[in-house]
Amino acid sequence: MRGRRWEALLWLGPSLALIAGVVFYPAVALVRASLGRYSITGVFQGFVGTENYTRLLEQPALPTVLANTAVWVAAVVGVTMVVSLGLAQLLNQAFPGRWLVRAALIVPWAASLIMTSKLFVWIYDYYFGALNHLLTSLGLLAQPVDWLGEDSTVMAAMIAVGIFVSLPFTTYVLLAGLAGIPGEVYEAARVDGASTWTAYRLVTLPLLKPALLVAVVLNIIYVFNSFPIVWTLNDRNPGFGHDTMITYMYKIAFKSALRDVGLAAALGVVNVALILVAVVVYLRTVRWEEAGA
Amino acid sequence: MTRRVVLSAAGFVLACGVLAPYVVMLLTALKPDAELRTTPPRLLPLHWRPGNFLEVVTDPGFQDWLSVSLVVAAASTAIVVLAAAPAAYYTARHRFRGRTAFLFVVLVTQMFSPTALVVGLYREFFELDLVNTYAALILTNAAFNLAFAIWILRAFFASIPREVEEAAAVDGCGRLGALVRVVLPLSLPGLVTAVIFAFIAAWNEYIVALTLMTAPERKPLTVGITSYVTAYVQHWNHLFAASVIAIVPVVVLFALIERHLVGGLTAGSVK
Repeated sequence: MRGRRWEALLWLGPSLALIAGVVFYPAVALVRASLGRYSITGVFQGFVGTENYTRLLEQPALPTVLANTAVWVAAVVGVTMVVSLGLAQLLNQAFPGRWLVRAALIVPWAASLIMTSKLFVWIYDYYFGALNHLLTSLGLLAQPVDWLGEDSTVMAAMIAVGIFVSLPFTTYVLLAGLAGIPGEVYEAARVDGASTWTAYRLVTLPLLKPALLVAVVLNIIYVFNSFPIVWTLNDRNPGFGHDTMITYMYKIAFKSALRDVGLAAALGVVNVALILVAVVVYLRTVRWEEAGA
Repeated sequence: MTRRVVLSAAGFVLACGVLAPYVVMLLTALKPDAELRTTPPRLLPLHWRPGNFLEVVTDPGFQDWLSVSLVVAAASTAIVVLAAAPAAYYTARHRFRGRTAFLFVVLVTQMFSPTALVVGLYREFFELDLVNTYAALILTNAAFNLAFAIWILRAFFASIPREVEEAAAVDGCGRLGALVRVVLPLSLPGLVTAVIFAFIAAWNEYIVALTLMTAPERKPLTVGITSYVTAYVQHWNHLFAASVIAIVPVVVLFALIERHLVGGLTAGSVK
């Protein structure tokens, strides 16, 4: 038995070492940094207890950043789910050219997020962007809009890109869920005289619930963690008016004049704690012990 | 019949909508400098300029970023496979104390992108004096792409009947021989999926590279190409030519593993 224990360690060792060194240790380093004070060049100057957390609560930008994060996550995940339900329903039908649509959907998923974000900076451009030209030509806009410069449109412009890149994964998860629903269920519903919409509402949606929950929770984690879109599209705007908790943390640590490691780490710990809550919800959702073990 | 036509039309509109931004990317990459700033903007170039692509691939900066991306993605993928394969095999074949705990830890790491931990990661590599080194970026990518590979490989290993493997071991292969000569070839689709996924994830990684790789010749493509468009220079055509070069191979590879992606990303919860 003792031999078996060592055997397991041998096979799992490389994975455990990687996780311990590059996931677990940075988490510890993050917590430790949140309790310390650092010089502007990053040199540790001693522990300060919970001072960084108190200072975090006093940051004038914090309420705005929290509200931005809530809007960003709720809007991207909510709209992505609704649109993906429609897309999955469409792609679950057989029709000529379906492979082409599935292939097209791969592109925003596979492409680097930073490159897609730069692309949208160009498309949203006030003078030379395709969007203003398209909308004014169609008569939908009287005047061009500075999508990424106006306070009233920046968040919506970023949310649109967030939805665009979240659709492929979500649609594919829901497609996998739809594929698991046997055709006989629909036969039975049709025999019972249910309309298409009634059958969808009363048969498909309940059976799709596990896939829907998985997609919602994973999307919440992904979108909360999302960095390149907000980082790139909000690049022009000074201050923290359109930042999420993730980009705010990054600016405090690495970009703004603050360069405040302790403060950024305190926010980082809060971010990690929020993700952990979502992970617990996810594990409950998939009842992973039954599914995985 | 009409139903199929309506569905095809809807599918066509959808595909065009999804691809439209990337068409703008490609067409902008083919415009000469002078045509980037025309009002009203034109979709098609007046003078097609495929030479932009040549200028990008012969740019020494681009060559540096490309080689960093290739080295980091290839090395981290190799580490992922070497670490994940034995762990996936052992947890698929054996029940032992700590197995559930191990799989739990793997699942939790999959949920964590390095983004939330980036301040901690920077502290770690700063203290180890590994900022601006390949090692730091390679190890970070390997650790965060490990979970997907373990999950995919485990499913493939578990689907191979024990008897096949035992027969090979009896035939004189030995246990390790049976693993290398029988199990691995049979799980080749899983191995290919894990390799492609880990490579693309590292290829596309941005925030850790942005944070750790500040020396110009140590930047990967995702970070490097942003220097084509700054407050001082706006070479959108070069930025997008470089982007097209980075995106096209990745899309092709991704399409190859599309069937297995959802299972690996949702960790066995959606069949």
